[in-house]
Amino acid sequence: MYGLLLATRYFLRRRMAYAAVAAVAICVFMVIVVMTVMTGLVSDFKAKNHQWIGDCVVSTPSMVGFDGYGQFTEILKRTDFVRSAAAVVNGYALLGYAGSDYTETVEVMGVDPGSYCDVTDFGRALHYHKMACADAFQPLYQRDLPGCVVGIDKVLPRNEYGRYTHAVAPPKYAFTLSCFPLTASGRLARAGLDVVISKVFHYSDDFHSGLAKVDGSTIYIDLSEAQALLGMDAPPARASAIHVSFERNIGLEAGCAGVRELWKLFKSTKTSDLLDRVRVESWKGYCREVIAPVEKEQAMMIACFVMIGIITVFVVFVIFYMLISHKTRDIGTLRSVGACRAEIMRLFLGFALIVGGCGSAAGVVSAAVFLAKINRLEQWLYRRYGFQLWNRMVYAIDEIPNDMTVLTVAIVVAAALAACLAGAVLPSWWAAGSDPVKSLRTSSL
Amino acid sequence: MKKPGRDIDQNILIRANGLYKSYRMGLAEVSVLKGLDLSVRRGQFVAVVGASGSGKSTLLHILGALDRPDKGSVSFEGRDLDRISATELNRFRNRTVGFVFQFYHLLDELTVLENVLLPAMVSRSLVRWLLGASGAKKRARNLLEQLGLAGRARHRPYELSGGERQRVAIGRALMNEPKLLLADEPTGNLDWATGNGILNTLEDLSRAGQTIVMVTHNEAVAQRAGRIVTLADGRLE
Repeated sequence: MYGLLLATRYFLRRRMAYAAVAAVAICVFMVIVVMTVMTGLVSDFKAKNHQWIGDCVVSTPSMVGFDGYGQFTEILKRTDFVRSAAAVVNGYALLGYAGSDYTETVEVMGVDPGSYCDVTDFGRALHYHKMACADAFQPLYQRDLPGCVVGIDKVLPRNEYGRYTHAVAPPKYAFTLSCFPLTASGRLARAGLDVVISKVFHYSDDFHSGLAKVDGSTIYIDLSEAQALLGMDAPPARASAIHVSFERNIGLEAGCAGVRELWKLFKSTKTSDLLDRVRVESWKGYCREVIAPVEKEQAMMIACFVMIGIITVFVVFVIFYMLISHKTRDIGTLRSVGACRAEIMRLFLGFALIVGGCGSAAGVVSAAVFLAKINRLEQWLYRRYGFQLWNRMVYAIDEIPNDMTVLTVAIVVAAALAACLAGAVLPSWWAAGSDPVKSLRTSSL
Repeated sequence: MKKPGRDIDQNILIRANGLYKSYRMGLAEVSVLKGLDLSVRRGQFVAVVGASGSGKSTLLHILGALDRPDKGSVSFEGRDLDRISATELNRFRNRTVGFVFQFYHLLDELTVLENVLLPAMVSRSLVRWLLGASGAKKRARNLLEQLGLAGRARHRPYELSGGERQRVAIGRALMNEPKLLLADEPTGNLDWATGNGILNTLEDLSRAGQTIVMVTHNEAVAQRAGRIVTLADGRLE
């Protein structure tokens, strides 16, 4: 009983305790803010990749693609766990601008917009065809022209606040795409002066995926157009991948396992060598190369937080050591009225928990307020001092993520309490083990 | 018919037999108690007189089970303190003895009332305290009233005079109605008039049947006790 009372009084009457609370609060604040922002960025990045790819991908690393994709897509669509599937052709092309000799390399994606919009968020990323994804390749100013959907960073500048400004009506841009068509065996499909196929496409829309690489260097055209440009139209027609989305109640791994089984069966009925290198992966596996570095950064961030935790433990240790050094007389007095060693230890550990609890509460509240205002604060800093955490003209970040989750708060608070206990345990142990006679004599001097 | 020898034994509250205690001071080993024997009867007010450093406080700490002798034994009501567990020793210090220190040793963070209540709080869990706090508070308020501190219950120790602090310490020592009160130079830090008031209080307690062992270096203070023993060269004379 007295432990609770005394721990509370120690807390309220020792200025040193406020220093410990401040140390814990600063650490909690810092960790919550950085974790929220970084976790938000990582989650956002993963979500954008997922939305752009679908749940599962049947793909080949070969540039010549694989045949039988149409048949397998139909098989997938007939199952009860696949919601939709879309074949995709991808390759590289030289992009030329009308009236200019300038060219640059782009990634060409050939899709059937209807099915592709069912599998991915492509439709939502469009600007002029948001409500009519199936017509994405029809320029609004002349629907019979061959259209293309261009990554937004190719056609619009990003302002300092990370926003794009579209014209009311789509501009009449024309692009020339030039490709080297390949045969199924990987040889150039054409010889002589016709080795390259070029075709003019008209800007029908742009897309904003939020993925810097995709928005900056990808052009979408109709599946059949892409096959023709890349030489994948020659019978049997080939595709680079099939993107699959599952029904809502289907788990990612279970769905992918189902597709894998179907592919195995399908492949056993075929003799094409191109099918040998086809892989069935979840979106996580397919994006491993881009997600892994981000996750690595997250792991490094956690390692930094562990160091911050160790510093907190050390700060609490020093403060408690000093506090307990000033309380030797009380320890002797408490022992003289019958308090046992365990109770002395509990008293100081209780004190540590109060410090940890108050520090955590202060840290969480200040972090919540700071995160709620972080974007306004950054805008104010930019307007006034020209400072931006991430230059929006460079980074594909709209707003700084500030969604503080209960899980993050729970983990950080638990870690803060554990750090306080860890920092206080040794001084408390010493206090509990101290000789009451010595304590009383020392304080009498 | 009772045997006379057994009657005498039952009347002895605490007995120290052949106590030895030494301390290490730097490289030297200093023996403060060298085979000390002491018996205190129920209701007795014993003053242990001795020069500074003679081992008076050490004796008191050993009698109150705050310290252990190197050799020898202490028995309370015939029970050897060496043979009881640490938990029982804590209970012994909480319920059976009450300490009064020269420097009061009050807890600055607690009020006067809470300081007096401290032994009662130590002996009870939170639930038991919530159930029986009113009784303990009533007892503490009665003690403060008897000690002339009724109006000081909500004050902090640093707001009191030396004499008042020592009376609070006496109140704390008496809170759990201990059988033995151990006072270590209770007037050592007070002026004559204030010290006299404290001694009057101890005399009143003794008259009410409280067993008291008081150590002091002051012969005049010792004269207020019913029995005086002198500690010299580690033994009682």
